[in-house]
Amino acid sequence: MTRTFKGRVILGGNLCGESIVTHQGLNILASYLKALSERNGTAICSDQNNSDLYGKELAGKIICLPQTIGSTTGGMILQSVAKQGIGPKAMLFSKHIDSLAAAGIILCDVWNQKRIVTIDQLGDEFLEFVKDGQRIEIKEDGTVTVS
Amino acid sequence: MRQYKMELTDEEKEILEGKHGEVMRKILESVVLYGEAFEAKRLLPIDGPVHLVTSFGLAGIEIVFDMMEELIDAGLKTKEAFTADPRPIDYDNVECTEMQKKIFSAMYRNQERYEAQLKKLGLKDDNAFTCTCYMPEVGNIPKNGQILSWAESSAVVYANSVIGARTNRTSGIIELLCGIIGKVPEFGLVTDEGRRARWLVELKTSELPNAQVLGSAIGMKVVEDVPYIVGLDRFLGKGINNITADYLKDMGAASASNGAVGLYHVENITPEAVEQGRALLIRDFLTYTIDDNEIKRVIDSYPVLWTDLNAKPAMCFIGCPHLSLRQIYDWIERISRKLSEAGKDNVSINTVLCAAPDVILRFKSDGEAYKKLTDMGLHLTYICPLMYMSNAECARQPIITNSNKLRTYSTARFFPDDEVLDIIVVGNMQGGNRI
Repeated sequence: MTRTFKGRVILGGNLCGESIVTHQGLNILASYLKALSERNGTAICSDQNNSDLYGKELAGKIICLPQTIGSTTGGMILQSVAKQGIGPKAMLFSKHIDSLAAAGIILCDVWNQKRIVTIDQLGDEFLEFVKDGQRIEIKEDGTVTVS
Repeated sequence: MRQYKMELTDEEKEILEGKHGEVMRKILESVVLYGEAFEAKRLLPIDGPVHLVTSFGLAGIEIVFDMMEELIDAGLKTKEAFTADPRPIDYDNVECTEMQKKIFSAMYRNQERYEAQLKKLGLKDDNAFTCTCYMPEVGNIPKNGQILSWAESSAVVYANSVIGARTNRTSGIIELLCGIIGKVPEFGLVTDEGRRARWLVELKTSELPNAQVLGSAIGMKVVEDVPYIVGLDRFLGKGINNITADYLKDMGAASASNGAVGLYHVENITPEAVEQGRALLIRDFLTYTIDDNEIKRVIDSYPVLWTDLNAKPAMCFIGCPHLSLRQIYDWIERISRKLSEAGKDNVSINTVLCAAPDVILRFKSDGEAYKKLTDMGLHLTYICPLMYMSNAECARQPIITNSNKLRTYSTARFFPDDEVLDIIVVGNMQGGNRI
């Protein structure tokens, strides 16, 4: 079944990709700390407290999440993994974007010309519907199609 | 130039058009886009120095240090001298194995480069590394009503709540960029509306709860909302003295890490609550009652991440957030009394007290007190214990702490102060009342 959702565009773009889903907040620092130090071109989630994502590959995926959580250094961690080419392809928030994620995607966009397409306020239904490994199409106007 | 929704001054428009240089354009663009993500209508001038959350030269975030280089090359620095979070390493006062030293050297291999960059960008001095920059000995002390750009969560909640200054829980790096342009986006805790309370927290315990547990309970319940706490004045009295300020420091840090509290009001104690009272509550506020059973429930809910629950603790960290001068003296007195009761001279667990470099300096000027501390086998350091524990080698050690923030972000096991005292004196987990 295909469903379409509409959110607010934080950083727009047209793209397709594969979903990975967390129903709890994404702790950016805890999730990427191992990938940052190992630098082997992958980003296996190292946050043991996140049962949805722990041990899964995050690089190049469209991360579907409620918000990010954890240390206020999270933004620069996101900026760093994006610059290394192991960041998410897009971030789709069911709720309002939080300050950590906002900083990360904006710093990356402005200072490193690396865009992580970001839509927020897609609603709780979006996060209930989307599952790991689905094809997601994002449009410039904030339309998100999950199939 | 991008299209912006925010109201911009002529000068801000010029900067965004690149008329003040490419680096200034990127700084302002970052701050404006960040503000727009939170529906900020405009930027407000900041009144006090920045406090940076990033104090470590972590490997893997070289991109951040490259960005710092860009700022420095453009001749930019903050408008006022700033402070930063604690350094990660202190081999003189925190015992490390050769393996741990190797790990720290690799993890924080950019430390020297980063500290040199911070100095060029406006760091106050070599001692400016602490999470408690608002201590009198350190001197980054905001005034009531001042608008700030801070990111360290425990410092943000203290500045907002205990002092009555105004800062959001700004993200790292953005706080520095705001410090350079001297402005922050107007939203959230910077606004009157954003400072109103959504929760009435009624404290109905039979005695003053442990500050770190009370903060944890509040944080887990209200998450990022603003609570208005009633009933603490029964134990702490009205207004703020040194003891109350220390209690609120520890309570706030726990509420900010176990939840995401950036501001709390305490009836008859914190400045805005004294001034406005329950008018701070929004119309349809929620209520949370904390009694003795709730405190017990919260403590019992903490997961223990040790593999052997009865392992002898390898280390004990006291002081996350950093201790005040009064708290260092207080801990020495309590440990000394407990050792004396047990007929001992030294603590049996490697116990490390953490405080700001300037606070340590002041304490060491009291030679007698410092000798008493070292004679009991205690160590005094300026590091952040979180940074010590954020690697697998250190994390697998059984470490105890009285900090709910350290418990939340690491494998350290939490005990209230009295139980920490028992354990470090007796030397094993039988010292803790709960085992």
